[in-house]
Amino acid sequence: MPDLLGLLSYGTFFLVFVTIYGLVALGLNLQWGFTGLFNVGVAGFVAIGAYTSALLTAPDYPDQIGGLGLPIPLGWLGAMAASGFAAFIVGVAALRLRHDYLAITTFGIAVTLQLVALNAQGLTGGPFGLQFIPKPFADVIANNLAWNLAYLAMAGTLLGLSYVALERLVRSPWGRVLRAIREDETAAESLGKRAFRFRLQAFVIGCMLMGLGGALYAHFVGYIAPEDFLPILTFQLWTMLIVGGSGNNRGAILGAFVVWALWTLSGNVLRELVPAEHQARAATLQVVLIGLLLMLILLVRPRGLLGEEAVVSRHMKVSADEAQEE
Amino acid sequence: MLQLIADGFVIGSVIALGAIGVTLVYSILRFANFAHGELLTWGAYLAWTALLGFAAVWGPMEPLGPFSFGWMLLASLGVSAIATAALALLVDLLLFRQLRRHGSAITLIMASFGAALVLRNLLQFIFGAVPEYYSREIQVAIRLVPRDVLGGLRITPDQLFVLGLTAVSVVGLHLFLTRTTLGKAMRATSINPQLARVTGIDVDRVIRATWIIGAVLAAVAGVFSGLTVQLRPQLGLDLLLPLFAAAILGGIGSVYGAVAGGLIVGLAESLSVPIVGAEYRAATAFIVLIAILLIRPTGLFGERP
Repeated sequence: MPDLLGLLSYGTFFLVFVTIYGLVALGLNLQWGFTGLFNVGVAGFVAIGAYTSALLTAPDYPDQIGGLGLPIPLGWLGAMAASGFAAFIVGVAALRLRHDYLAITTFGIAVTLQLVALNAQGLTGGPFGLQFIPKPFADVIANNLAWNLAYLAMAGTLLGLSYVALERLVRSPWGRVLRAIREDETAAESLGKRAFRFRLQAFVIGCMLMGLGGALYAHFVGYIAPEDFLPILTFQLWTMLIVGGSGNNRGAILGAFVVWALWTLSGNVLRELVPAEHQARAATLQVVLIGLLLMLILLVRPRGLLGEEAVVSRHMKVSADEAQEE
Repeated sequence: MLQLIADGFVIGSVIALGAIGVTLVYSILRFANFAHGELLTWGAYLAWTALLGFAAVWGPMEPLGPFSFGWMLLASLGVSAIATAALALLVDLLLFRQLRRHGSAITLIMASFGAALVLRNLLQFIFGAVPEYYSREIQVAIRLVPRDVLGGLRITPDQLFVLGLTAVSVVGLHLFLTRTTLGKAMRATSINPQLARVTGIDVDRVIRATWIIGAVLAAVAGVFSGLTVQLRPQLGLDLLLPLFAAAILGGIGSVYGAVAGGLIVGLAESLSVPIVGAEYRAATAFIVLIAILLIRPTGLFGERP
C-alpha cells in the first residue's frame, strides 16, 4: 500500500516541523505570554542555534571556520548557550527601557544576523549555507521513514520535557512574579521584585528554547541557508502563539499545529492551482493570507483558541473553587 | 572622504524624512510602527505607477535640465504623496483604530508587524520582484571639489535635488508645527494626550494629521530612494532599522532630533563602508542603536526614556 506509506511519511515530516515550531513557540510564550516581552527577532535567535549546532557538529568544512565534528548533543547545548548569550546582550541593552525598545532591538539583531549569514562566507558559508549537518542515529537507522519517526519521537520527547519544565516554572513563585511584572511593574517593584532581573531571565530562557528549536531544524533537514531564517519565520511563530492563545503553553503548541497546517495546506493549494511560472508571485499571497489571519485574530479573538488561565497556583485554585461553590 | 560625507548626507536625507514619520507616530499614537518602511516602498511604487500613467498619455518623460527626470516625476510624486496618505489612513481605519479602542500599545506593534508583511507581499504580488527605475537617463556628475583636495567630491544633480527638497520639507514641517493651530495641537497631544483632550483638542483630527504627514514624507523618501538607488520591494524593509535608529538617536518625539539622527545614521553608514564593506552597511545602524541605548536611551533631544 504505497499511498498509506506516503501519507504516513508525509504526516511524520509534517509533525516534526510542528514539534520544532512548538518548541520555539513555547520559548516565545514564556517571553510574551507570561512576561510581556515583545521579541521581533525570533528568526535571529533560531538562526544562531541552527548555525552554532551545525558548526560544532559538522565534519570539517574546507576554507571555513568550524566543522568541529563534536557529538550532536554537545551541538545542541552549544546552540542553547549561544542563543542565550545573544539574548543576554540584547536584554541588557533594551530590557531596562519601554517595551518598544526591545521590539526594535530584537528586530535589529535579526537583520544584522541575516547580513552575517549572507556575507560572512568564512563562517556561515554565505548564501550557499551549511551542508552535511550530521543526522542523529542515521548510521543505525537506514530506512527513511523509520528515521523520520525516530526523529519525531526524540523531538517530541524534548518538546514534552520543555512543556513540563515550563509548566512547573510558570506555576512556581518565579512564574507568578513574571506575570505580576507584566501586569503592573510598579506594584511588583514595590514588593521588592527586581523587574529587570526577572525579565532578563525569562528572555534568556525563552531564547535558549528558540536556539534549541533551530538546532533541531538544522539536524533534521541537514542543510541550512540564510533564507531559512527570514522575518517571515518570526511572523509565523507570532501567528502560532496568538492563534493558539498566548499565556497558555498548550495553546502555543496547538497554535503551532494549526498555523503550520494552514500554511502547508495553502501552499499546496497554490502549487496545484497556479501555473509554474507564477509560483513565486503566488507565494506572496500565502503570506498575505496568514497576515490577515493574524490581524483578524487580534481584532476578533485576542485571547486565541486557548486563552490564558487566570489562576495557576495550586493553592489559589482550591480557594477559587471553594469560592465558586459558595 | 568628502565623497563619503556627501553620500552619507544623501542617504541621511532619505532616513531623516522616514524617521520623522516614525517619531511622530510613536509620540502621538504611542507605538513603534513596523509598517512605516512599507509606506516608503508603496510611495516609491505608487509614484512609479503614476509615472507610467503620465508617460502613456503624454509620451516618454523628457529630462528637465541636468536632472535624470522631468516634470512628470514631480507630478507623480504629488500623486503618490496623496495616495500614500490615503493608504496610511486606510490601514489606520481598518486596523489600528480598532485596536486602539481596546488593545494595548504592544498589540499595536504586533499588528503593525503583520501589516508590514501584508503590505510588502501585496506590493510584490502586484509589481513583481524585479528592480525598476524611474529613468534610465545617464547623468553627468558635477565635480564640486577637485580630486586632490580630500579625495575630491562629485555629486549628481539628482542628489542635489534630494538634499534641497529634504531641506524644504523639514523647514515646511517646522513652520507647520510651530505656526499653525493643528501643528500646535499635535505637539500638545504628543506631550500630554489627556491634557490635550481636556483642553478640547480633537485627538482624532490630530491622529489623521499625523498619518498624513508621516505618509507624505514617507512617499517623498521612498521616491528619493528609488531615484538615487532603485525600486525594490525590500526598499522599505531595508530602511526600517536605520529609521528606528535615527528616531531613537534623535530622541523619540523630536522632529529635529529625527532629522539630526537620520543624517548621523546616514553618515555612519556611509563612513563605515570602507571599514566593514558595503554589505554590512545596514548593521551600522544596529551598532548606533545599541550604543545609544546603552549610553543615552533618551536620545540626543529626547526627554522621555
